[in-house]
Amino acid sequence: MAHQESSQVGSRRAFLKMVAGAATGAAVAGGIPAIVAAQKAPSFPKGTRLNVLEWVSFVPASDVEFKRLAAEFGKLAGVEVTVDQINMNDLNPRIASAIETKSGPDIIMMISNWPHLYADGLADVDDVAEEIAKRDGAYYEHSKKVSVVDGRWKAVPLCSVPSTWAYRDDWFKEAGASKFPDTWDELRKVGIELKKKDRPLGQAFGHSLGDPNNWAYSVTWGFGGAEIDDKGKVVINSKATIEAVKFTVGFWKDCLDEGGLAWDDSSNNRAYLAGTISGTINGASIYFVAKRQFPEIAKVTNHGHMPKGPGGRFYNIGGQGRSVMKYSKNQQVAKEFLRWFMDRPQYDKWMAANDGYVVGPTPYWEKHTLWERDPKLVPFKEASKYGRWPGYPGPPSRKASEALVKYILVDMYAQAIKGMKPEDAARWAEGELKKAYA
Amino acid sequence: MAEHASPASAVPVSIVVAVPAARRPSRLGRLLEREHILAGVLLAPALVILTLFIAYPFVLGIWLAISDKVVGRPGAFVGLHNFRVNLNDAIFLRAFQNTFVYTFIATFFKLLLGMLAALLLNHHFRFKRIVRASMLLPWIVPTVLSTLAWQWMFDATFSVFNWMLMNVGLISSRILWLGDGTMAMGCLIAVNVWRGMPFFAITLLAGLQTVNPDLHEAAEIDGANAWQRFWRVTLPLIKPIMLVVVLFSMIATFADFQLIYVLTRGGPYSSTHVFGTYAYEIAMRAAKLGQGASISLSLFPFLLAVIVFQLWYIRRSD
Repeated sequence: MAHQESSQVGSRRAFLKMVAGAATGAAVAGGIPAIVAAQKAPSFPKGTRLNVLEWVSFVPASDVEFKRLAAEFGKLAGVEVTVDQINMNDLNPRIASAIETKSGPDIIMMISNWPHLYADGLADVDDVAEEIAKRDGAYYEHSKKVSVVDGRWKAVPLCSVPSTWAYRDDWFKEAGASKFPDTWDELRKVGIELKKKDRPLGQAFGHSLGDPNNWAYSVTWGFGGAEIDDKGKVVINSKATIEAVKFTVGFWKDCLDEGGLAWDDSSNNRAYLAGTISGTINGASIYFVAKRQFPEIAKVTNHGHMPKGPGGRFYNIGGQGRSVMKYSKNQQVAKEFLRWFMDRPQYDKWMAANDGYVVGPTPYWEKHTLWERDPKLVPFKEASKYGRWPGYPGPPSRKASEALVKYILVDMYAQAIKGMKPEDAARWAEGELKKAYA
Repeated sequence: MAEHASPASAVPVSIVVAVPAARRPSRLGRLLEREHILAGVLLAPALVILTLFIAYPFVLGIWLAISDKVVGRPGAFVGLHNFRVNLNDAIFLRAFQNTFVYTFIATFFKLLLGMLAALLLNHHFRFKRIVRASMLLPWIVPTVLSTLAWQWMFDATFSVFNWMLMNVGLISSRILWLGDGTMAMGCLIAVNVWRGMPFFAITLLAGLQTVNPDLHEAAEIDGANAWQRFWRVTLPLIKPIMLVVVLFSMIATFADFQLIYVLTRGGPYSSTHVFGTYAYEIAMRAAKLGQGASISLSLFPFLLAVIVFQLWYIRRSD
C-alpha cells in the first residue's frame, strides 16, 4: 500500500517534528513536543528506557518486524527500547503482578476485553487513540468497545486476529458445494455429505481460549441468543439459544469429528493438515503453515465466512490493543511509541509482515495491498465488520470475563453434546451466568 | 653507685611474663553468652525466611480470601462472602470432589506400585544401578515437558494408544481419552501416578535397605512365608518412612496444577478442575484475586487435617 500522503520518517529530526505535530493540542507537558518547541537537545533524558511486553506471535515475522520497529523508534527518540516476549497464556499473571507491584513494563499487550479487567492499572490514552481514529476513520465497534472503559480509552486498538472457516475447496466441491455455504443450515447439508465420506468438519469443545469460544459465542449470537441483554440482564435461557444448542448437537452428530470434546486450540490445525478433517474455524495459521510445509494442501485450502443464522452473521473477535501502564514513569514516551507505531508507514510494514494474520483496527486498512496479493485471505479482512465481544450486546466487562473463564457457553454446548437436553443445558447456563453477572 | 654499676646487677631480676590482660568481654559478647539470646540470634535467619516466604504469603492469602480484592483495586473486607459464593458454585463443588478423588486414588496407586517397584529393586540383578537410576526419570523430567508428551499420547486424532489398540484388534474405533469427564480424570490420575511413583519407589527402597536381613532369616526359620515376612517384618519396620512419603505426596498432589492445566485445563465441561486450576482461572484470568484466594484456601483445612493425623500417627508409631 502506498502511503505517500503519510509522514515519512527519514531522520531523527523529521521524527521529532512529526511527533511534535501529532501531539499538538494534546496538552502534553514536557516530552518531545516541548523539547522541540524549546529547540533544545532533541532527546528524552539520557538513560530513558521503554519496556514493552508482547506475546510470542503465531507469525514469527510479526515479532521480528515489531522488534525492528521498536529499535528504530529507540534510535530516533534516543530511548533504550526493550521488547520482552512471553507466551499468551502467561500474560494474565504477568499483568496482574505488574499492576499489583506497580512495576514492570511500560506498555503491555491487551487481548480482547482485558482493558476492562485491568482498567485501574492502565493510563488513559485518549489522545493517541482518538488521533488515530481522526486520521484513519472510526475503529471497528468491537475494537472500541473492548478499549474504552467508562468513557476513557484504556488501550490503543492495534489489530484483530479473526478466525474464519478454513476448508478444503476440493472436498467441498466433491460434496456439492461450489463455494463455502452462506448459512449454518447449508453448511450442515454439506457437512453431512463430507462426514459420509469420512471427511468430517472439526470443532473444539474442550477448555481452550480460542476455538471453543469462537463457536459458542458466534453460534449463540447467530441464532439470535445472547448471554445478557444490553442492560446486563441474563437472557441466555431463550428459544433462540435452545435452537442454537439443538443445532450444535445435530451438527456434532452429522458433521463433526467426535474428537472435538478433547481438542484444544491446536488440535484442529493438526487434524486439518493431516487431512483428517475437511474444514474448521481458525485463524490464518493453518493456511500459513500449509503454504510453508504442505503446499499441496495450501493449494486446495480456502477460507469462508462464519455462516449466517436466523439472527445474522457474527464473529467472536475481541481484538488486541496496547496499554500504557499507570505506574509507568515513562508514560509520555510510551504514548509516543504507540502513536509512532500506529502511524501509517510503520503500521503498514508490520501489517505486511503479518501477511493477513492480523486485520487493522479501522476499515482504512482494508485497502492494504496484501489483501489483493492473496484473495484467499479476504474473509479475514471482512470479518471485523461482523465482530462482537464477550458480553455482547452488553459491555465487555469484568463479569463477561468471569463467564468466559468459566467456559459457561462452551460447557453448555459440550454438556448437550454429551447428552444433556438442550433445554436443561440452557437452564444450567442461565444459573451459572446469573452467578457470574451477579 | 651500685645501682649504676650494671643494669643487670642493679635492677632486681624480674621475669616479665606476657600474661594477656583478661579482656573484658564486649557488650555484644556478654549478650551472646546468654543462652536464650544466642538461641534467638541463631534462629533469626530461619525466622526471617519463614516469615517472608511462608507466613507473609499465608496471611496475605487469608486476607485476600476475606476481601473483594480484584487486580488494580484495593480490596474491602467481605467476611466469609467468598466462601459462601464458592459453596453455591457447581464448578467449585466439582473441583472439590475432584481434588479428593485425584489425591487419594493417585496416592494409593503411587504407594502400591512404588512399593512393588522398591521390593523388586531391592534384589540383586544385572544392570541394577541403571534400572534404579532410570526409574527416577519421570520424576526428574520437568512436569510440563512430560505432560506435553502425554498430551500427544492422549491426542484425539493421533493417540499412540489408540493406534496400538487398533493394530492388535482390541478396539475398532478410537477412544477419546480426554473427551469424557470420567475418562479424562482417569488419564490425569494415571499420569500423576506415572510421575510420582519413582519418588515412592526410591524412598521406600532406601527404607528397605535398612531392614536387617537377620530378621527375615529368623522369620523364615520360624516358617513365615514371603507375604507374612513382608506383612509382619518389613512393613512395620519401614512404616515411618512410608508414612512420611505418603504425607509429602499427598500435600503435592492436593496442590497439583501443572499436569491438569496442560492436559485438560479443567475440561471437558469443567469435569476435571481441581482447586489449583479453578483458583488460577478465577484469580488470574478473571482478575478476582479475593475469590481465587478463597478457592485456594478451601484446601487448607483438609490438608491440615491430613497432616495433623499423619504426624500424630507417626509419633504414635514411634
